[in-house]
Amino acid sequence: MEQILEYIGMAVTSIGVIFLFLGGLGILRMPDVYNRMQAGTKATTLGAVGTIIGVGLMHPEWFFKTSIIALFILLSNPISSHALARGSYRIGIKLWQKKKIDAYGEALKNVKKEEEAD
Amino acid sequence: MIYAYFGVAIAGLILAAIRFSIGPTVSDRLVALDTMTTITTAFLVLLGLFFERYIYIDVALIYGVLGFVGVLTMARYFEGGL
Repeated sequence: MEQILEYIGMAVTSIGVIFLFLGGLGILRMPDVYNRMQAGTKATTLGAVGTIIGVGLMHPEWFFKTSIIALFILLSNPISSHALARGSYRIGIKLWQKKKIDAYGEALKNVKKEEEAD
Repeated sequence: MIYAYFGVAIAGLILAAIRFSIGPTVSDRLVALDTMTTITTAFLVLLGLFFERYIYIDVALIYGVLGFVGVLTMARYFEGGL
């Protein structure tokens, strides 16, 4: 039984580590800040959660605390990426030149129009 | 097997560090710093597996909390509304 758990943990850790590498690659290769944010937060969230849960499966007596760390990363990463995206839009960093749609900018314009109409 | 884990994780960390050093704007650097924090948290847990020490799990937990607070504070500061 422990042998089976160790093999499952090794597989999950391998998937997680590969996603950590893909997150770093996306940070380097993507064209603008918002695309980099997608790669750097989503991929590393899956990667870190996979790695940490995999280590917890390899050592079942550590599983409680590793699952606490994984839960914390799962909760905290979207918050920090949201703050970063909002902050970088507010200080005027342009979107990529090939962008198709800018939903946040349109929403901000609509809010301004409603304020002027009032 | 564990050396392969270390190699792949450090490769991701180095790619994020390159973006951290060449990033044109301050937001690029902050995003790269956020990624490096998350990768380092996972890497500390891997170090705990390598040395068979339980204390590294506690270090990873505290590092994750402090890194999250730091990135959030810097994002609010550069937005201009701390």
